[in-house]
Amino acid sequence: MNAKTRLNIGAVRSSFAPWADPSAKPLVRFDQVTKRFGGETAVDAVSLDIYEGEFFALLGPSGCGKSTLMRMLAGFETPDLGRITLAGEDLAGRPPHLRPVNMMFQSYALFPHLTVAQNIAFGLRQQKKPRDEVAARVDEMLALVRLGGLAHRKPDQLSGGQKQRVALARAIAPKPRMLLLDEPLGALDRKLREETQFELMALQQRLGMTFLIVTHDQEEAMITADRIAVMRAGQLAQIGRPAEVYEAPNSRYVADFIGDVNLFEARVTEDDGDIIRLMSPEAPDGLEAIEDDEVPAGSTAWLAVRPEKMRVHLDPPPPGPNRLEGVVADIGYLGDWTTYLVELPGGRTIRAARANASRVVDRPVDWDDRVWLTFAPDSALVLTR
Amino acid sequence: MRRGPSAFNIAAIVLGMGFLYLPIVLLVIYSFNESRLVTVWGGFSTRWYVSLFQNEQLLAAAWVTLRVAFVSATLATILGTLAALGLVRAGRFRGRTLFSSMTYAPLVMPEVILGLSLLLLFVSVGVARGFWTVMIAHTTLTLCYATVVVKARLVSFDEALEEAARDLGAPPWKAFALVTLPNIAPAVAAAWMLAFTLSLDDLVIASFTSGPGATTLPIRIYSAVRLGVSPEINAISTLLIGLVATGVIAVYLLNMRRRTPGA
Repeated sequence: MNAKTRLNIGAVRSSFAPWADPSAKPLVRFDQVTKRFGGETAVDAVSLDIYEGEFFALLGPSGCGKSTLMRMLAGFETPDLGRITLAGEDLAGRPPHLRPVNMMFQSYALFPHLTVAQNIAFGLRQQKKPRDEVAARVDEMLALVRLGGLAHRKPDQLSGGQKQRVALARAIAPKPRMLLLDEPLGALDRKLREETQFELMALQQRLGMTFLIVTHDQEEAMITADRIAVMRAGQLAQIGRPAEVYEAPNSRYVADFIGDVNLFEARVTEDDGDIIRLMSPEAPDGLEAIEDDEVPAGSTAWLAVRPEKMRVHLDPPPPGPNRLEGVVADIGYLGDWTTYLVELPGGRTIRAARANASRVVDRPVDWDDRVWLTFAPDSALVLTR
Repeated sequence: MRRGPSAFNIAAIVLGMGFLYLPIVLLVIYSFNESRLVTVWGGFSTRWYVSLFQNEQLLAAAWVTLRVAFVSATLATILGTLAALGLVRAGRFRGRTLFSSMTYAPLVMPEVILGLSLLLLFVSVGVARGFWTVMIAHTTLTLCYATVVVKARLVSFDEALEEAARDLGAPPWKAFALVTLPNIAPAVAAAWMLAFTLSLDDLVIASFTSGPGATTLPIRIYSAVRLGVSPEINAISTLLIGLVATGVIAVYLLNMRRRTPGA
């Protein structure tokens, strides 16, 4: 019984997995790339393969080196060590204007003195394309991002969402081998951002172009990307499909960075191959988790449980492992979800989330209620670092 | 609720504007004076403009001044733009703050000292004083003004724009010419105008560095006034004011047009 093969992947393209094919050649390969600024190491010996047609996300907090990594690929920064290859070709020493990748900037960087159409045509003009070909491609791009009527506007006459689409069209127009998106949706409001995330995904599928997105927004990365690389302090913490990094994080850092998580520091008492049993002062009835990897008995580990995998009971469930008792300290009502902050006897607060599947309930959970939290062994995860 | 400006506001504006423009208005009015006496109104006439255009000494001085101003302003704008680019773009380097504040020094340095030091330089190098020495001296004077004006615009210029141009396939020089320059053009034009007017009305530095055959208009006017004010001086001053005002308004309109949507 392998938990990882049973993950709820949920992705449309679950069959798309060139990284799992040992014979597949990556489009871009970062090989032990290191970049320092002064005494700070922004990117620390990162090795990473991105495949043709992939939507790849670099996810991490600000200052983790994700933007630097992207700018090195675009040619705006030079690696101190290591090399970057594109389609097998070493990019060292090649200036940005000779690299077949285009970038969509965080600030959009639209040329304010040019119209929308002139902005989109800029890259094509640099390629010395004939005039009618440029015009045809600009029209095609305008239609693609649904800006047909705005060709002769200047950037300062556009809304935020329109600017974002012009920036996208401008970067796609020269048909780059790869599109780099630097926090592309950061400046949009929530509703528009959500719509645009799906649009980006659909666009990438339609064009079959390789996309690399840099973001600090986990939701953005989860929705759009085929694979996510979670970065921490210049290093890769984990690479995997969205469902893998969410449901099978390899460390407390990743578990905590992506979504919310409850962590219990515990001592491993038994590992019988499938089920690992742990002891923690916070769980008097003991803890259990299903885990493929072996964890030696007697070692310290962390049991991770996502809030939505916690069940909240007002009546005491039968005693057994994975049962916690506490008092509701706070309730966060979000409409679709409600988050309960439950204070354990030890004083620590645990999060439990519940989807509000029906409009009315017999007995709502209230502040200061005594509640019991339970979770299934295969909803919990044992982390050793 | 108050409507419009209060009496105090009006008084302040009248006083301030009067202080600024009364002397100039007076000069313009008296340039159309019939009388030979500068301070006595003898009726409207354009005779001094006519006689001005027969005064070859004054016209020659005006021609020298315009040429000096044009060449030195152009040179100062080019050098100033380059200096501003260096200061804004070069990132952090040793002595950047020192270098940056050094560009401001000529702004506050007394012109007499600048003129004298330039004179010493020209004498020690052994250059004959004339058109070119005045021109070089004025470039020195106006360079820092041009730098400051262009630098102010460059600081607020998003460098990502130039990066975007390079990313889309433009080599660095082309990215500068196609994207950066059009966006800082108003500041460059303003820098040129400022340098031009500064050079136009400089008396102190010009009198240190000019030589025979390169008498500028301010020097000519100054020496003429010492012999007694002629209404011709009023006339040529009025023309100068007109020239400068036209230039300033032109630059202003140029900037306005850029900002107006749909232009």
